[in-house]
Amino acid sequence: MSAIAVNNLRKSFGKGTSRKDALKNVRFEIAEGSMTALIGPDGAGKTTLLRLLAGILQPDAGALQVLGHALPEEALPLQAQIGYMPQRFGLYENLTVEENLTLFADLHNIPEDRRKPRFDELLTMTALGPFRARRAGKLSGGMKQKLGLACTLIHPPKVLLLDEASVGVDPISRRELWSIIHRQVIHEKVTVLLSTAYMDEAERCDHVLLLHEGEILAQGSPADLVAPMQGHSFLLQEAAMTPRALQSQVARLPDVVDTAIQGDGLRIVIKTLDPLPLPPDPAVQGQLKPVPARLEDAFVSLLFNRNPHRSIPLPPAAKAAAHDAAVVEVKSLYRYFGSFAAVKDVSFSVHKGEIFGLLGANGAGKSTTFRMLCGLLPASSGTLRVAGADLRTGEAAARARIGYVSQKFSLYGALSVQQNLSFFATVYGLHRRRKRDRIGWALEELELKDYIAVNAADLPLGYKQRLALACALMHEPSILFLDEPTSGVDPLARREFWARVNALAQGGTTCLVTTHFMEEAEYCDRLVLMSLGEVLAEGSPTEIKGRVRRADRPNPSMEDAFISLIEEHEHVSRRAS
Amino acid sequence: MNRMRVTGLMRKEVYEIVRDPSSIAIAFVLPLVLLLIFGYGVSLDARRVPVAEVVDRPTYLTASFLGELAHSPWFHPARYADRASAERAMMQGRVQAILWLRSDFSRRFLSSGEAPIHLTVNGVDANQARIVQNYVNGTWQNWLQRQAALQGQPLALPVAVDVRIWFNPALTSRDYLIPGLIAIIMTLIGALLTALVVAREWERGTMEGIMVTPVAKTEVLVGKLVPYFVMGMGGMMLATAMAVFLFHVPLRGSLAVLVATTALFLLTALGMGLAISVLARSQFVAAMVAIVATFLPAFILSGFLFDIRSMPRAIRILTHIVAARYFVAALQTSFLAGDLWSVILPNLLGLIVLGIVFLGLSALRFRKRLD
Repeated sequence: MSAIAVNNLRKSFGKGTSRKDALKNVRFEIAEGSMTALIGPDGAGKTTLLRLLAGILQPDAGALQVLGHALPEEALPLQAQIGYMPQRFGLYENLTVEENLTLFADLHNIPEDRRKPRFDELLTMTALGPFRARRAGKLSGGMKQKLGLACTLIHPPKVLLLDEASVGVDPISRRELWSIIHRQVIHEKVTVLLSTAYMDEAERCDHVLLLHEGEILAQGSPADLVAPMQGHSFLLQEAAMTPRALQSQVARLPDVVDTAIQGDGLRIVIKTLDPLPLPPDPAVQGQLKPVPARLEDAFVSLLFNRNPHRSIPLPPAAKAAAHDAAVVEVKSLYRYFGSFAAVKDVSFSVHKGEIFGLLGANGAGKSTTFRMLCGLLPASSGTLRVAGADLRTGEAAARARIGYVSQKFSLYGALSVQQNLSFFATVYGLHRRRKRDRIGWALEELELKDYIAVNAADLPLGYKQRLALACALMHEPSILFLDEPTSGVDPLARREFWARVNALAQGGTTCLVTTHFMEEAEYCDRLVLMSLGEVLAEGSPTEIKGRVRRADRPNPSMEDAFISLIEEHEHVSRRAS
Repeated sequence: MNRMRVTGLMRKEVYEIVRDPSSIAIAFVLPLVLLLIFGYGVSLDARRVPVAEVVDRPTYLTASFLGELAHSPWFHPARYADRASAERAMMQGRVQAILWLRSDFSRRFLSSGEAPIHLTVNGVDANQARIVQNYVNGTWQNWLQRQAALQGQPLALPVAVDVRIWFNPALTSRDYLIPGLIAIIMTLIGALLTALVVAREWERGTMEGIMVTPVAKTEVLVGKLVPYFVMGMGGMMLATAMAVFLFHVPLRGSLAVLVATTALFLLTALGMGLAISVLARSQFVAAMVAIVATFLPAFILSGFLFDIRSMPRAIRILTHIVAARYFVAALQTSFLAGDLWSVILPNLLGLIVLGIVFLGLSALRFRKRLD
């Protein structure tokens, strides 16, 4: 029997002309005790689908059955049997860990005698036992997410619906979350449906649903979905060019669906089964060997087939950027909020035309460092030089030369694309001719022309991100700060974004980027790995990964590196104390 | 309704109230501050009004009359040499009125017993002007009577008015304003408390988590209503204590009636807050709507400052849906007149009807759904 059955489901939002279909003709079944991943670009309808299944949205048409309960009529009896974790699980931050659990136990009517063993079990599973009496607001991002999961599992549920439960948490917490969820399926026979942005998580599920623009584009086991892609993936190694320059050459070939930098090589996915004809340039020639396909290849290729026109901007032909003067210099930077040190002894320098990454989980101190670099937040101590100006004295001079894209994009939602661009151009002091030129450039270069009259609030996330980028580039800054630009964005849009950043860097703009996606480290020239306000490591991706290479792990990923470095760091600091 | 779920929700709310100072600030600090500011600041009495005196020919009679004025608590007289300089002072706003005793003041008093005075009042603030005019008039009449008595001849006044003022014999406007003010403050507190805390749950995403549990919507509403009802009653106790002990407003009615009226009103106000929070899912919008939809109408249309009977008919009808109107009337009666059932009962009835409307509306419109 299937735990979830959805037939001809339709749901739209808005009224009149702004009416938009969020889901159309969705049909699928999920077997009891199985684990299903819901993947798809941002705005594909993943959250809407999960909310419908949780009974908190009303479908326009179609049949929805969860555990034999028809929705939305039987939502109340169903809600006693399911667990649902929204994207941003709202814990009561003023309540302690145990009080949060008690509240959910009360809401689920769990008798007193069953509580203690269940609480103990959940707290052991999440390793939150020592923090029983701590307020939820004082937990780290990963711990909050684990507590959210524990609250969802309290009754325990027969069906578990998780909306991007692991996004933004550090790799260690992500592994822990995953093992908790996995255990529910194995030991408790819980049916799990989870939406995720991580392909490796989807790959570990029994079943994958690929949602795109409200429709199911493909479904099946990961193996089924990957099978047609076998033989299409290659790794190009030992070329004379740097992988980034190589990427810009290869990506423009007609049959290439996707390229991704992987370590010192370039991973290429092509449309046909024929061997890839490489460009004649000798610097491009290298060792091209077939590699096994991944789910991500299938995902990108399915979306690519659907929207072949979707142009991924290609970086201009690589011109060697002069990596000379340091344009950003940070020395022993500290920032305290009360007695809490958000940034501790951070030092690094960034050269002109570099893509420099600040990697770390939510709460690692990336955004705080960024705000100090942009002059939005004074440093507690340390030196900060941006574009040759000391931020403590020559703030205004430095600011004219920097662009900043904040985490939430800071666009004016009620203004159209054109009006936003015009406003930011005016704010940066551009006039007439130059203003017209720059707006024209932005509409052209960032492909915003089709959306010129649309209000920023109504843009799809990917376009919001582009518009924010355009606004920050109005005054042609020499340094660009991008704070979590790829958060919540699907792999395709992420690739597109990085290609743009790449192009900017090739043109001489220095780009500083924060991200919590470990694999995005590959796009950076150099990076710092941050955790709890401290720098764990600094260097190029290859250097950092090289530090944790062992005999049993010849090809460590950035995630492996992060975990090893954190463990090493904890070991050292424990010994020091 | 399930007892475990409701108590669980209420316990959670109590923890939040105790640990997050914002709702305590609304329930206790807000009435304290507002009552202090308004209680001392808002007064419809004229006291120590600056008055210019111009005396053309000073005699013992003018001195006697002006002495009367100087001893009165209402005036703060200042002597000006001539009318022109007094007018200048009026133009500059240094005085509110000019009292001009012309050269024939003493002569005419001695010859015919009448002593005309000339009063010019700054009429920009019509209310204040009228009060000054009445006060000067009263002082003048008093003085004339006294002078006549001294000379052994009764003053011939056509009608002798014997004024007796009920309920507020000293005519202190504060006694009348403070009960009304309490009603206004409680309107704001009641609506803000619930509107903000529910909107906060939407903002922080906690509501979405709660909704996918077997909790019923009435349980969610009761779980919000009860703790904030207790908070609001606490705020009311504080306000009443301030009124009685700090501002010395008499409390002539019984405490039981006061508590019952407050309880009914608070349910209505909290109901308005809940109804707002169903519509507004961000704290900012909720606060704006609460102020515009509850506080301002209460201020203007409740009869607290402006008499409802003198409003145009359409506005008068509109005041019937302002809950504060009933509470203002009931409180003023409770404080100044006592348990006057003929006044209190119709107002209680009004509160009951509005309470049912607002609580019913929020129960009806609150859905365990996002759309």
